[in-house]
Amino acid sequence: MSELKLMKGNEALAEAAIRAGCDAYFGYPITPQSEVLEYLSREAEARTGMTVLQAESEIASINMVYGAAGTGKKIMTSSSSPGISLMQEGISYIACAELPCLIVNVNRGGPGLGTIQPAQSDYFQSVKGGGHGDYRLIVLAPSTVQEMSDFVKLSFELAFKYRNPVMILTDGALGQMMEKVEFFEQQPREDIITGWETIGKPDDRPSNVITSLHIQPDKMEQINIHLQKKYKEIEENEIRVEMIDCEDADYIITGYGLVARICQKAAQMAREKGLKVGVIRPITLFPFPYETYFNIADKVKGILDVEMNAGQMVEDVTLAVKGKIPVEFYGRMGGMVPTPEEILEALEQKIIGGAK
Amino acid sequence: MNEKALIDDEHYENTTLRDTTVIQPENIVYEKPKTLKDADFHYCPGCAHSVVHRLIAEVIEEMGIQSEVIGVAPVGCAVFAYNYLDVDMTEAAHGRASAVATGIKRVLPDKYVFSYQGDGDLAAIGTGETIHTCNRGENILFIFINNGIYGMTGGQMAPTTLPGMKSTTSPFGRDVSTMGNPLKITELIAALPGTYYVTRQAVFKPGLVRKTKKAIQKGFELQKDKKGTCFIEVVANCPSNWKMTPLESNHWLEENMLPFYQLGDIKTPNGSNN
Repeated sequence: MSELKLMKGNEALAEAAIRAGCDAYFGYPITPQSEVLEYLSREAEARTGMTVLQAESEIASINMVYGAAGTGKKIMTSSSSPGISLMQEGISYIACAELPCLIVNVNRGGPGLGTIQPAQSDYFQSVKGGGHGDYRLIVLAPSTVQEMSDFVKLSFELAFKYRNPVMILTDGALGQMMEKVEFFEQQPREDIITGWETIGKPDDRPSNVITSLHIQPDKMEQINIHLQKKYKEIEENEIRVEMIDCEDADYIITGYGLVARICQKAAQMAREKGLKVGVIRPITLFPFPYETYFNIADKVKGILDVEMNAGQMVEDVTLAVKGKIPVEFYGRMGGMVPTPEEILEALEQKIIGGAK
Repeated sequence: MNEKALIDDEHYENTTLRDTTVIQPENIVYEKPKTLKDADFHYCPGCAHSVVHRLIAEVIEEMGIQSEVIGVAPVGCAVFAYNYLDVDMTEAAHGRASAVATGIKRVLPDKYVFSYQGDGDLAAIGTGETIHTCNRGENILFIFINNGIYGMTGGQMAPTTLPGMKSTTSPFGRDVSTMGNPLKITELIAALPGTYYVTRQAVFKPGLVRKTKKAIQKGFELQKDKKGTCFIEVVANCPSNWKMTPLESNHWLEENMLPFYQLGDIKTPNGSNN
């Protein structure tokens, strides 16, 4: 039976981790996501026997995730922007070694130590790889506290389906705000051993090795080809996108996560003024719904991309429409959140007015 | 490290058992442990890594725990440890082996978990992980090879390089006034309540090899107690980067390394030191 609760986004995510049957969490405190570690420290072990460990750094956290994920169990960590930057080397190793795990980034304003207020300035880092080498994470962008919960379960499903790290990319506002959330039922903690895990070598198989080292370039190229093939498969199967009032739209406002909700309000205000405006909300940022934008470009006159950064996803939207229609950008930076009025004004000036 | 290090993994996968039928079973007095893969070590002649690898393999075989062991390989000369040790292994990023081992042990608390690390890995880039893993008293075994130099990258100064000792990045000898003193990390972590058994050994003489093997066995056995971290330092030579023959390097080790890095138990479960 599902339960309805009023909860902070970070706590809902932590609660969902317990319910998803997560085996271990390794993390380090950083605002605005410390509630994840706190909630799990308080709740997890008594309820499911889940391991929760506060590491000495984000670098240690991600390497604990790497070790533990290599045993085939459900492993996760969470952090916020500066901490996620510290994890990048480890994430690159995890991606190359093809280990399933969940990494949560509760994005705060940057660069540098920046601010603890919400931002989306880690888009590039999240969807284009982030660390060294050619690799991708599956990136999910929740826009409600409900999705902060739901996407935890989905993340583990996708991580194990593709043996790939999954990132939930959210922000400080979604992490901190309270909304009602309906939880899925408790899932059992169960080991699904498929043969690649480092759990101790029995007599009947060769030793398993988890490594990202393939020193011969022709072998390393094969590893890369394999990874790229997998990412292609993910692009073919896992795109998730929400389209709101797009059927009759003349204009599109697009944004992900928290911003998508503000865009909806702006679109509603536009319709009250007689403007036919729809909203496209990518749910998976990798794989990105390029085709959705390409197709709608035949039906609408322009797209306004709104982000809490200096313009990152707008590059993918621009790529997607292949020059068919104008794509303009409106953003706030450094922890500032755009208002619906600002977005509507930007739409009218940059897209409807046609002025650059 | 010699050029054989560049041989691909498949070389090891494709190597077949050598024909040993010329020796009758009843005449065999010494053979390769079954927990050691049938691959040629890539290590330089005279290097201690090969000896310590073999000791780990012997202990695992004799204890009958091959199916219960998970090892963590470092970045450094021993990065390919998994090509030799026939146990499940994970290759860690530089310095992070003990964090990786922590992750494994926390989700598989009844398995035997060890990290195998060199001095640059364990005592420079990974100092934070080393100290905190020991401070938490993770029930893992560290095997720490200290040869006072960066081997794989070609002989740069390590945190453990002796004062006055030459390396490619201390070409006039380590000047402690600008480069700091060698770090006795083993004594440092022995002071932490989380460590359970801490010892310093060497493998350049047969008697010392036997003592090191006993220490490794103890390190694995004590994991069953779940009472803290076991830590074995092996003071080792690096003939290639010390620019010496294997024999010269052993003499140099004895005359220069051992007065500074004294052999013996530093902390034992019953509380006695040395």
